[in-house]
Amino acid sequence: MTDTPAPSTAGDIEQAQRREIDTPSSHVARFGADDALALDAGSTLGPWQIAYETYGTLNAERTNAVLVCHALTGDQYVASTHPVTGKPGWWTMMVGPGKPVDTDRYFVICANVLGGCMGTTGPASLNPATGRPYALDMPVVTIRDMVRAQTRLVEHLGIETLFCVIGGSMGGMQVLQWAANFPHKVFSAIPIAAGARHSSQNIAFHEVGRQAIMADPDWRGGSYLSDGVRPSKGLAVARMAAHITYMSDESLHRKFGRNLQDREALTFGFDADFQIESYLRHQGMTFVDRFDANSYLYVTRAMDYFDLAAEYGGSLPQAFLHTDTRFCVMSFTSDWLFPTAESKAVVRALNAAAANVSFVEVASDRGHDAFLLDEPELFRTVRGFLTGAAHARGIPAPGGAA
Amino acid sequence: MTTNTRMLQPRGDHLVVCDLVPEGARVLDVGCEDGALLRLLAERRHVDGRGIELSQSGVNKAVARGLSVVQGDADTDLADYPDDAFDVVILSQTLQATRDPKGVLRQLLRIGGLVIVSIPNFAHWRNRMQLLLRGRMPVTKYLPYQWYDTPNIHFCSIRDFVALVDELDATVVKAVALSGRGERITFNAPWWLWNLVGEQAVFLLKR
Repeated sequence: MTDTPAPSTAGDIEQAQRREIDTPSSHVARFGADDALALDAGSTLGPWQIAYETYGTLNAERTNAVLVCHALTGDQYVASTHPVTGKPGWWTMMVGPGKPVDTDRYFVICANVLGGCMGTTGPASLNPATGRPYALDMPVVTIRDMVRAQTRLVEHLGIETLFCVIGGSMGGMQVLQWAANFPHKVFSAIPIAAGARHSSQNIAFHEVGRQAIMADPDWRGGSYLSDGVRPSKGLAVARMAAHITYMSDESLHRKFGRNLQDREALTFGFDADFQIESYLRHQGMTFVDRFDANSYLYVTRAMDYFDLAAEYGGSLPQAFLHTDTRFCVMSFTSDWLFPTAESKAVVRALNAAAANVSFVEVASDRGHDAFLLDEPELFRTVRGFLTGAAHARGIPAPGGAA
Repeated sequence: MTTNTRMLQPRGDHLVVCDLVPEGARVLDVGCEDGALLRLLAERRHVDGRGIELSQSGVNKAVARGLSVVQGDADTDLADYPDDAFDVVILSQTLQATRDPKGVLRQLLRIGGLVIVSIPNFAHWRNRMQLLLRGRMPVTKYLPYQWYDTPNIHFCSIRDFVALVDELDATVVKAVALSGRGERITFNAPWWLWNLVGEQAVFLLKR
């Protein structure tokens, strides 16, 4: 990992963002045109690359690798400083020495997803055929394509079986896809705040975001990077709408209520009178600094297309038949984007396949984003489940004993 | 497990169950609470164990200890499991709290090759005495609830249970009656005597 100093001025930030698209600060595995990736859309992608970070040490038996799958707009910097924003990794409470995903015990890998914009091939990457960014010439990718790309990386690192695949939200979808398609390569799996398909309501919210981006005059049919402009307003609106779905009414109310922002009275205009408005505008604006608009279109589409049962003739238990993977499914009581019922449907299917499954619902009022926040029950569960699985896999504890 | 090796004295009925489970079996414990029995079975019998528990707090405790447990209800969720999914299915002190004991027992026999059921014996002499002499519903150390707030809605006696097993065309392979202190009643006795002195009973059943 290289810790580059975080850029400070707006120009620096934009430059840093552009640099990270093709030449990230993290490790990159590059695959040539002869090593092309076959995609669900029917086309192939090559040459292509996948950017990743690792933490801890791979043991001699190569049995202690944990793949962390990031959510929609996450990246490979799970436990290291983000090169554009300068902020700490997105899951530092979960991943690190002595943390539930203990890097003293496990070798942790986190890669930027296919279609992303932090060093893995996506619509912002340079298309070698044209010398310009792919934009909409990039084939649409699916969760399965993302997982295929990850399998190539894992092979590249010389790892046959992952000790665990863990992730929340879109990361949880990848976990389920891994377990269904590659049961022999996944010893244990922790899908958090996810489901086996993207619901109609979730697709609807994503469509609002995509339409906001495409309605921005600076989007220019997707070719904004070549034209030297950016659909920042559209992308910010997309992020604002999505951000609401990540929280619960209760947490919003507790945090903001109807409090006014920097003023004593209503202005009877359309400034950000309320704190919640100003908070959302800030979320939208800072997001634009670190994310690419076309990439947002691609990754939301990948989630929309996700329907694991459909891959198995409409039967979800069929996806997990004869699996030896140990599952720990987790949900949060106030998550209305991926409510507990979605997780329970996965658990029922796993039971029907006689799989080894645990299910924990964490009581939290913080909505979908709870998986990224300080939730002791979440950490206790992941730590306990992984410790039990490590015992079964014969991975010694940091102290020495198994 | 390296952490938390604190071993409480195992419960008497758990020890009896433990003796009935074959080494290395695939086991489902229905109503596993915080997983104490599953843990005992993993340590002493090296089973591949799973659990179902109604209370989410019990589930979370068990999973944090590295056990495989899901939140679920014996009355509704056993239907999800395929035939012969497990070598042994255990229902420990839970049958009397189910809505449909007969249906639950039928599911257990479908899912497991062997079924172990432990029940509190409502026909124990102490209960009979309370009803006979005081005219009140029995409240004892093992049945500590008042009639209006008990989770136990379908009590039976040892003899009632054996009759139900007959009705389901299943076989009692082995039965052990336990005293109030959870100790085995070792002498051989006819059902009627066990029915009088057994405070709990553990049955090993097969289809």
